[in-house]
Amino acid sequence: MSFLGSLSERDRVFDFLMPAQSPVDVRHGPILYLEDVTVSFDGFKAINDLNLTIDDGELRCIIGPNGAGKTTMMDIITGKTRPDTGKVWFGSRHNLLAMNEPEIASLGIGRKFQKPTVFEALSVFENLELAMAADKRILPTLTARMVEPVRERIEEVLETIGLTELRHRPAGILSHGQKQWLEIGMLLMQRPRLLLVDEPVAGMTEQEMERTAELLTGLAGKQSVVVVEHDMGFVRSIARKVTVLHQGSVLAEGSMDQVSNDPRVVEVYLGAPDEEA
Amino acid sequence: MWLTRPFSERSTQLFLGVLIAAMTLVTFLHLALPESNPLYVNAYTVNLFGKYLSYALLAVAVDLVWGYLGILSLGHGAFFALGGYAMGMYLMRQIGDRGVYGHPELPDFMVFLNWDSLPWYWAGFDMAWFAFLMVLLAPGLLALVFGFLAFRSRVTGVYLSIITQALTFALMLAFFRNEMGFGGNNGLTDFRDILGFNLRSDSVRLGLFLATGVALGLGYLICRAIASSKLGRVCVATRDAEARTRFLGYRVERFQLFVFVVSAMLAGVAGALYVPQVGIINPSEFSPLFSIEIVLWVALGGRATLYGAVIGAILVNYAKTIFTGVMPEAWLFALGAMFVLVTVFLPKGVAGLLAYRRKNSTSSSTPGNTSNTKEVSA
Repeated sequence: MSFLGSLSERDRVFDFLMPAQSPVDVRHGPILYLEDVTVSFDGFKAINDLNLTIDDGELRCIIGPNGAGKTTMMDIITGKTRPDTGKVWFGSRHNLLAMNEPEIASLGIGRKFQKPTVFEALSVFENLELAMAADKRILPTLTARMVEPVRERIEEVLETIGLTELRHRPAGILSHGQKQWLEIGMLLMQRPRLLLVDEPVAGMTEQEMERTAELLTGLAGKQSVVVVEHDMGFVRSIARKVTVLHQGSVLAEGSMDQVSNDPRVVEVYLGAPDEEA
Repeated sequence: MWLTRPFSERSTQLFLGVLIAAMTLVTFLHLALPESNPLYVNAYTVNLFGKYLSYALLAVAVDLVWGYLGILSLGHGAFFALGGYAMGMYLMRQIGDRGVYGHPELPDFMVFLNWDSLPWYWAGFDMAWFAFLMVLLAPGLLALVFGFLAFRSRVTGVYLSIITQALTFALMLAFFRNEMGFGGNNGLTDFRDILGFNLRSDSVRLGLFLATGVALGLGYLICRAIASSKLGRVCVATRDAEARTRFLGYRVERFQLFVFVVSAMLAGVAGALYVPQVGIINPSEFSPLFSIEIVLWVALGGRATLYGAVIGAILVNYAKTIFTGVMPEAWLFALGAMFVLVTVFLPKGVAGLLAYRRKNSTSSSTPGNTSNTKEVSA
């Protein structure tokens, strides 16, 4: 895991590599705080009185059956969906409900969607280059040069996601799992404070899953990571704390052993014990 | 400097080398050889080559928006024609009182229409610097307004192609009207001088050919500099996954607008160089068919390579010259056949064939150069 250690070299951060973000106040602990959030679509309550707190640097897994509100919750945090009632705070300074999507993104909340979308005609390296936090107006982009700190940062992320060997190959030739890692790498280039990851291991092979687990656990501590996942084996392998959503609210929270022994969770996940084997 | 970056690329060096060699060769064969020599290139042929080069510049402009940005403009003929009209207006004013009616100020067609003074929008076109500025500004401004409205509303894909067709068609109809003050369906013609030189002399024709070659080289460099910059990679990203690019924080519609305007200006320059060489500009340059033909050149030559567009434009137009000389009625069939054959056997165009051959001959692909990945995307 020594290569993941390189990510902790925070003394080598250059100003222009940092996104223009106002400091997120995490002195009180939580980086993300949802209180009594409710959303309904045509009378159906997708999220119902949801309370959730994510600590700074935490790796949290969110599980729950289909329709439990996992994706809607992500949509609320990123500003895509507005809740009917409730509070959503990022640190103790930023009220996310008062911000739009780009503002929230530039504040340092990155989201990885279920289906990986990378720029297939560009190389892995170029994909990361475009994702980097930088001045994204036209002229600065036209005259941008590859300077050493930028290159180092990209190489650093390449190593983290394990694609150093493939950096000059077009992203289109990557396997499904590699595309997922590249996409996570693209999020990392933006130096997010909070990473929302939607079903990262769907469709992955066993080895790819292991590699993804290593990657995500390695990220925790420097970033806060929230993973939504169906695969129980995978959740068990990475999670320190698991939140079970059911019908739009939190059903149980705790370690994987705690929640999987919770009778209410077992009831919701009728087929779950088999799946875990 | 970002503008000089392409000089380090092999494809650019090769392209500029071939272009300069061709220009030197034509000049030599025209000037140094006696007319009796079978290799002698006469003024008519020099003129023809100049026309091809202006078409090549137009094709490069189209390739920039289509190949790299994924915007299939079926209306680039409009920008070409606007640049041409700006040049034509300058050339009309240079005729002075040597027109058929001998009016000191008004072009012949205005005298014929019984107009007694120049319309306001003809003001300033007697000055070369103003006219040359308008060669850039007229197409650029049209592209700016049109692009602003289209890209802001996120009109892309086939819808944008259709609107660009409508744009050039509407302009064609407008320019056909005599009341527009651009000579109606006869357009502007009967030019005599450019910058004080007689347009009909052989040396001026050679000069125009060389100027067009230089413009093509510069235009190619500008496009190549854009394509190989980070902005070019944003363009490719936009082409392949627009929503994702937007999600990364790039204001996609501004990038599209910027590149579209640059491309329109280049097309305008191509038109301005075309007009003095063919001696006429009329509304048929606005015809939707012409704009589609430009896209065919680029498709034949190979998208997203720039040099492919040049090859395509020259090949197709050379073939057109041959065919329309030998059997004019067969030209459209030949064009159709060429297009079908290239689409089936060379999906990446002639440039794709060249790149394939080069890759095989060097065998070891050398990563680390962005131009390599560009070819994959072609």
